[in-house]
Amino acid sequence: MKNLIERLHIKYSLTDIVNQRDNFVYLTIRKENAIDLVTYLKDYEGFSHFVLLSCVDWIEDGKFQLSYFLNQPNKKFDIAIRTMIDRENAEMQSSHHLWKHIETYQRELREMYGINFPKNPRIEENFILEGWDEIPPMRREFDTKRYSEKTFFPREGRKTYDPATYMKDKLYPNAPITAKVNKKDE
Amino acid sequence: MEIDFNKILFAIIGLIIVLNWGLLMSSIMRKIGARVAGRHGIPWFQPWVDLVKNYAIRSQITHGVMFYLGPVFRLSGGVGLFLFMPMIFGSDLWINFSFKGDIILILYFQFFGMLGMALGAGEGGQPHSFIGISRGLSQFTAIEVPMTLAVISLAVQYQTLSISDIVEAQQGGFMNWTIITNPFASIAAMLSLLGAFGHSPFNLVKAPNEIPIGPPTEYHGTYLGVLRTNAAILHVVEAVLFMNLFFGGAGSWLELIVKSFLIYFWSVFVGMVFPRFRIEQSVVWFLKVPLILGIIAIILL
Amino acid sequence: MTNDKLNKNQIEDVSKFFAPENKKKNVETPDGQIIEVNPLSDYFSEARPKVHEPNSSKVVETFLNWARAESLWVLGFGTGCGSIEIPPLLTPRFDAFRFGVQMRPTPRQSNVIIISGYLAVKTLKRVIRSYEQMQNPKYVLALGSCTINGGMYFDSYNTINRLDKYIPVDVYVAGCMPRPEALLAGFMKLKELIKAGKAENANKYVENFDEYKANQKKIIKDWNMPDYNW
Repeated sequence: MKNLIERLHIKYSLTDIVNQRDNFVYLTIRKENAIDLVTYLKDYEGFSHFVLLSCVDWIEDGKFQLSYFLNQPNKKFDIAIRTMIDRENAEMQSSHHLWKHIETYQRELREMYGINFPKNPRIEENFILEGWDEIPPMRREFDTKRYSEKTFFPREGRKTYDPATYMKDKLYPNAPITAKVNKKDE
Repeated sequence: MEIDFNKILFAIIGLIIVLNWGLLMSSIMRKIGARVAGRHGIPWFQPWVDLVKNYAIRSQITHGVMFYLGPVFRLSGGVGLFLFMPMIFGSDLWINFSFKGDIILILYFQFFGMLGMALGAGEGGQPHSFIGISRGLSQFTAIEVPMTLAVISLAVQYQTLSISDIVEAQQGGFMNWTIITNPFASIAAMLSLLGAFGHSPFNLVKAPNEIPIGPPTEYHGTYLGVLRTNAAILHVVEAVLFMNLFFGGAGSWLELIVKSFLIYFWSVFVGMVFPRFRIEQSVVWFLKVPLILGIIAIILL
Repeated sequence: MTNDKLNKNQIEDVSKFFAPENKKKNVETPDGQIIEVNPLSDYFSEARPKVHEPNSSKVVETFLNWARAESLWVLGFGTGCGSIEIPPLLTPRFDAFRFGVQMRPTPRQSNVIIISGYLAVKTLKRVIRSYEQMQNPKYVLALGSCTINGGMYFDSYNTINRLDKYIPVDVYVAGCMPRPEALLAGFMKLKELIKAGKAENANKYVENFDEYKANQKKIIKDWNMPDYNW
């Protein structure tokens, strides 16, 4: 498989390679070449199974990270292709023509992160949320707790406890303070 | 024409007995089903409670005139079947309004309720009802064919179209019963009975976990109460019909109860053992095994 | 605008959410005449629900309430993780049939709806539709802490916190998730309430109809159905 990665590196000039396991590699590539690489892997290297398409919100860098997970069933080999796209007017080339189910993933990403995939069928339709008019809920600037308090009716009297102190106070009040003793021992 | 009030009174009393026996029978059968599954099952009075509950639903909605008339047609199908069925052989009072040639009318009444139901449920507008109706009618048509062949075979055998006469011809020990004297017609009819009762292999039409509950999807409250009342009457009357045709009729209410219970149990027993047929499978099955037996019964005569 | 009719402006506001077959359209009659059809107001009933008073005779009402309590038909409707706690009720171990609890597949014939766990806004819409299609003596059994105060999803953007703001609840069964025994105990409590004549929440829903509708419409933004689903 090292052979394959080297060939890919020469062909597509990958920006980063992370060997996660013997049979699992993360490849990072520029946005323009990502779909080319996915297509190449599907057509020439036997990566016939598309596992999933996921997104990570790097709000500090102003980037979204898209990951295309591919599987080569014959050689039991996985490759994840990462690519960074801008958060502002996030847009990515659609790859729904490669596998049918990418269409659904892309609709979900459109709804949850607001990433546009032009030419993806039914991209404007509701996927899970119906009539959502806020900013996409999985973006990290969306404050889900405040939205919940504003929209739904929180019942008064709900308290939150730190589990460790709560258990010590309520359940084992006479127990020795084991955690501190252990620290002193160390 | 003079009206025989005595007969009307006894018909009403008979109807009440049949209704309660039908409800009790359904509860016993569900109890047996539960015991087969290892459960306690419903209390024995559950069908009555369900009936009262359904009649006590406060709000009801309608979809039009036929929606009202659907359960009414179904009930008149069941009650009509009862009215023209001689219940007890040899009794002047419990033979209801049976007459020469009543078997033709009874065959018609069996279909009557189904058609009324189809019209009523069709007006409900629920797509599941339409699917249920089309399934129900196609299955019932397939049931009717071997059933009618068996009845024709009987009519030729006994040279009569009156149920009372058929019962009379079978008196004098079980060796005279039609199930012994004309086994092919009897078996064909008993197999079609499985479909008429709608227990397991052929309960696709009304099974709650199929296309939700089939034709009565939209029916609720009093409508459903009427349908359930009719189901209780119909089950007993159909069992009594088969008892009259093939098992020598009944000389007393006790004999009727035992025989109708056993005939109904035949269908439940098969239902406990076999899984459900799809509609195309059941139609093909009815047009294969019982139909061939029915044709053999006709040819042999 | 009479009180009995829907507010037409609200319909216009959300018309962008309608399915194509529910949008206003021009239809040609067999005579060649062209008429405008607004499916929402023409095909669906706009009437408001009515309060159905209990029977005036106390003896009759007690008897009927006993029958209602002994014959609880549950709508086979599962939301969230609690829906997996309902099937064991019908198995030999718990056997809810003993108590007159039976499952029905259609809302028309059922009296009890079990809200089994967290309720997404999208599901709430379906719950309201099913609840409103049930006929008058109808009861709501809310399962799990999610229906009480949001449970572990209290800060989720998509699950409601308090069910009783949207539909009236008869019995809460606390727990995360309550076991089938707790669910049976909930059924027993519901029976007690019905026999005591205290389970009149279907009428309460009608009396406070505007309030419930305002709460529902606050979170269901694509309200593309009639105000009351007959």
